[in-house]
Amino acid sequence: MVDVTPADAVPPAEVAEMELYHPHSWWTKYVFSQDAKVIAVQYSATATAIGLVALMLSWLMRLQLGFPGTFDFITPEAYYQFITMHGMIMVIYLLTALFLGGFGNYLIPLMVGARDMVFPYVNMLSYWVYLLAVLVLVSSFFAPGGPTGAGWTLYPPQAITSGTPGGQDWGIILMLSSLILFIIGFTMGGLNYVVTVLQGRTRGMTLMRLPLTVWGIFTATVMALLAFPALFVACVMMLLDRLLGTSFFMPAIVEMGQQLQHNGGSPILFQHLFWFFGHPEVYIVALPAFGIVSDLISTHARKNIFGYRMMVWAIIAIGALSFVVWAHHMYVSGMNPYFGFFFATTTLIIAVPTAIKVYNWVLTLWRGDIHLTIPMLFALAFIVTFVNGGLTGLFLGNVVVDVPLSDTMFVVAHFHMVMGVAPILVIFGAIYHWYPKVTGRMLNETLGRFHFWVTFLGAYLIFFPMHYLGLMGIPRRYAELTDMNIMTESAHHLNSFISIMAFIVGFAQMVFLFNLIWSIRHGREAGGNPWRATTLEWQTPETPPAHGNFGKELPIVYRWAYDYSVPGAKEDFIPQNVPGSFGPSREPA
Amino acid sequence: MSVILVFLLVIAGFAGWWLSHQRLTAKPWLEQGVAGDFVGFDRSSLPTAKIGLGVFLAVVGCLFSLFTSAYFMRMGLSDWRPLPLPRLLWLNTGVLALSSVALQCAVVAARRGQVDMVRLGLATAGLTSLAFLAGQLIAWRQLTEDGYLLASNPANSFFYLITAMHGLHILGGLVGLGRTSAGAWNGTRPERLRLSVELCAMYWHFLLFVWLCIFAVLAGWAATFVSICQRLLT
Repeated sequence: MVDVTPADAVPPAEVAEMELYHPHSWWTKYVFSQDAKVIAVQYSATATAIGLVALMLSWLMRLQLGFPGTFDFITPEAYYQFITMHGMIMVIYLLTALFLGGFGNYLIPLMVGARDMVFPYVNMLSYWVYLLAVLVLVSSFFAPGGPTGAGWTLYPPQAITSGTPGGQDWGIILMLSSLILFIIGFTMGGLNYVVTVLQGRTRGMTLMRLPLTVWGIFTATVMALLAFPALFVACVMMLLDRLLGTSFFMPAIVEMGQQLQHNGGSPILFQHLFWFFGHPEVYIVALPAFGIVSDLISTHARKNIFGYRMMVWAIIAIGALSFVVWAHHMYVSGMNPYFGFFFATTTLIIAVPTAIKVYNWVLTLWRGDIHLTIPMLFALAFIVTFVNGGLTGLFLGNVVVDVPLSDTMFVVAHFHMVMGVAPILVIFGAIYHWYPKVTGRMLNETLGRFHFWVTFLGAYLIFFPMHYLGLMGIPRRYAELTDMNIMTESAHHLNSFISIMAFIVGFAQMVFLFNLIWSIRHGREAGGNPWRATTLEWQTPETPPAHGNFGKELPIVYRWAYDYSVPGAKEDFIPQNVPGSFGPSREPA
Repeated sequence: MSVILVFLLVIAGFAGWWLSHQRLTAKPWLEQGVAGDFVGFDRSSLPTAKIGLGVFLAVVGCLFSLFTSAYFMRMGLSDWRPLPLPRLLWLNTGVLALSSVALQCAVVAARRGQVDMVRLGLATAGLTSLAFLAGQLIAWRQLTEDGYLLASNPANSFFYLITAMHGLHILGGLVGLGRTSAGAWNGTRPERLRLSVELCAMYWHFLLFVWLCIFAVLAGWAATFVSICQRLLT
């Protein structure tokens, strides 16, 4: 253990005051704001808005799958467009943007005790480039030929041939341009998140005293900065293939009886680049969720997080390992079986640090003073859902199991459980948890509980039966399967049931949105620290935190973020900026 | 994908070295009531902007490693016809190296507080960089005139794509260089000027390094080198 001397009186910790930009007008305060908190709200609102579009697209898909042949306007082409846009929006424009751009911007400066991000101007640009990316994406709905229908993986050659909706129209061009913009915007924001954690920490906030939320967002951002360039490269090269007739990815191909000018390109090259981004992307979404859920569980079970060091190490290990598993998405691409063996091994190894995290969450709950608040309910639901999705991941990580299950509804069920529902549950929990800090008011409890139960149970009823459909061999990505033998009558009933549940769960999200808006004015006053939490964002002088976050003096950090129910302490939590030691068990060893 | 994996290994090694200095084995639950007196465990003493640029350069390095990875993977297919590199590229390399040297001189001058020399260095760097970009455009021109068009062969496509990406990064750097120069002429605070000149130099050295790497790749030396290594290993 490091030799440390307890010292109660320390001079104010205004370490190298950063040059804080002070807004002069309404425009620079609320629109072109350089304040990370405003940017966070802008990011979240934009991500939610585009997420609603994706939600509606999923309804349209479920209409078709549950009641095939009933709705004339859902042609097979339209169905592919819905599927593509739903996937791309949810994974990139909603989850990535909300976790890193939304929660990252809001929480990092507050949790590490900084006045703002280190490069506020670049941070502002990041949001506006993101907004531009979203607008370009949305514009493809109104372009001639509609959005691209290439599937969210955009595999060539089909993505840019004329058989695919948007392939020879504007759809794919706008999609690729939008992704390139998103990556540029994200890089600007990501630099901020990383460097703020490195350089913006207040006095006493060592790395090992960071709340796990910050660890999760930090590691995810590092991964995203290294993984998104792969998507960038893939997008630029495909754009050249489409616009200038190069042959990076396009093999010699005959389309509608005509030989295209492409020659000799490699679609597998695209798959490598895409999944080199695509697999880390799963953890870019999952690691912030891991971090946030750790803090939710600890706070609402009034108990320190079990195995903090292990949690940190596991986050780092998952981040590093996730870069060497990408080809498990390509088992059926005809690759060398030895590669398959290698990637199956690394894939299964990732289960170890992930399982450590799950055990630690459960052990944090063990004998905790569990308050079943709404954030806690969502956190518990996350653990269940994540374990479920993770276990099917072990199935699919094995080559021999993956080959028959590949491209069936089983895969759809798996990834929706593990990277759709699970992170979204954490996002909901986090919104219920931090909304009082952002607005100063609590969200409505009754509506919240309704939202939780319908969402959690409903999501299970949607995605659990899908595993069975997959095991029956029902393929994904098909607009209509009515005439096939495998589509038994029971499978049809199950599909209709799933669709109805999807509408109910979607409806619950409308209730949630109503709650978000209604509570801004009518919610119960929250006070500064409604959850009696220890981390710095709850210790700000004003709620919502004012410009500059911490008033005149930055807080000094004296302890880690998880001093809950310390024996001998007056209250059951000790904020990080409170000096002094408590209790017999805590004498320096 | 081996190039990018090697690059990430370097990044991981650096991250591991840094993390090993961050007391990751500390037991924070035993360290209550302590003011932040862990020497060296807080922020780095480097200027924040330099760390920011360092992180950005890691992203840029990642981007070019991925292009190189794709280059090597595509190269293995049968339709690859390597193109003769214009000899002008050697001159361009020299010009880019010159602008790097000029910026290094500007850094030295800024540290000594000689504003005139800083201005001279910045101006030289700006002009030589523009000359480099012009040279690259002329090289493109020569290639197209010789019939090596963008879409006619993947080797050509990669040549244009990678040089264009590199040129765009130089162009972006010129924006920063322009702002620094504006500061140098309008009399910013000396320590501020010094920092921005140092940032420019860091960026230019890195882009020179990237250029040397991709020059080696595009000229085929990198592939020869790799195959020699492979033969040595087997």
